[in-house]
Amino acid sequence: MNDATPGPLRRKRWSPFVVGTLIGVLSWITFLTMDKALGTSSSMVHVAGALQYPVSPGTVAGPEANSYFQKEINEKTPLIDWQVMLVIGLLIGAFVSSRLSGDRKAERVPSLWQWRFGPSEAKSYGWAFGGGAVMLFGARMAGGCTSGHGISGSLQLALSSWVFFFSMFASGVLTAFAIFGPGGRRHVVD
Amino acid sequence: MSWIDTPYLLVTGLLTGVVFGVLLQKGGVTRYATIIGQFLFTDYTMLKIMLSAVVVGAIGVYGMLQLGLISHLLVKPALLAANAAGGLIFGVGMATLGYCPGTGVGACGEGSRRAMWGVAGMVTGAGIFTAMYPMLEKGFMKIGDRGKVTLADITGISPWVYIAALAVISLVLFNAIGRWERRQTA
Repeated sequence: MNDATPGPLRRKRWSPFVVGTLIGVLSWITFLTMDKALGTSSSMVHVAGALQYPVSPGTVAGPEANSYFQKEINEKTPLIDWQVMLVIGLLIGAFVSSRLSGDRKAERVPSLWQWRFGPSEAKSYGWAFGGGAVMLFGARMAGGCTSGHGISGSLQLALSSWVFFFSMFASGVLTAFAIFGPGGRRHVVD
Repeated sequence: MSWIDTPYLLVTGLLTGVVFGVLLQKGGVTRYATIIGQFLFTDYTMLKIMLSAVVVGAIGVYGMLQLGLISHLLVKPALLAANAAGGLIFGVGMATLGYCPGTGVGACGEGSRRAMWGVAGMVTGAGIFTAMYPMLEKGFMKIGDRGKVTLADITGISPWVYIAALAVISLVLFNAIGRWERRQTA
């Protein structure tokens, strides 16, 4: 951080309405100049393909490849494509933003999680891994995630995306209450 | 298989991601407590961001379509069983992890060790779905296949009616949330 850093970037939080509006405007730009819509979860298929390729190239590329790899990694969306670059950029953007504002957080065991399940880091990471796996499985089944369906698809009024939005939100609420109970509401602390 | 996108798309993708990452981080949705707080209804940041992005995005994207600045939308196919079941499964995973795919990657940039394990899980989950897809593609994934349709297409009502309704619903909701938040702090 130095004096040349613009003031807003040094602030820790922006209004959610400002952030949402700017994400909306960012969508205009991607539609207009890139013929793309914001999304992140297909990239995880690309990463999985890149990891599997050295072990078993025939299942990732070529005529005998897995049909989902053929569908997701092709001429239009190569292995290293627009969205993979977007995810790399996202990592960089969040890193820079948190550095400039001094808002870093090496989250290990969130306080709500600790209230419910104790201070074990291994337990926190194990469930995080499992939760991430289940979430991405669902995203690929549905054809998108909170950005691809939730934002980009919903703003296009896509039927698929509104079905996803409601089922994702309802399931998230039920799951969170099943895990933490109403008592957990008093322990949500960042 | 193709290996790499055009230089233009690589650069614009990276820049779009940097902006998106800054926005998600400044919005606070790269935090576990923000995501779980939404599902437990103690923090409405996630809904505020998503709904305002959707309303603003819809006005611009449909406006550009109307003006002929863009020639088409980028709608994902309605495979109703897969969209609904995938959404339900997604919600279970998201409430367990405490991040979504984009905000999880952003949380890694902030230093979250938990999100790093979460992203490793995401890649694994993507691999598991890929391995299972050949079993699902001819049957389950085709149930309720309606094609790449919008709410306007299936009802014959102008998209602007939906956008106006969404804007009104969002404003009413934001107003109610604001009143609830003031009661909490009072």
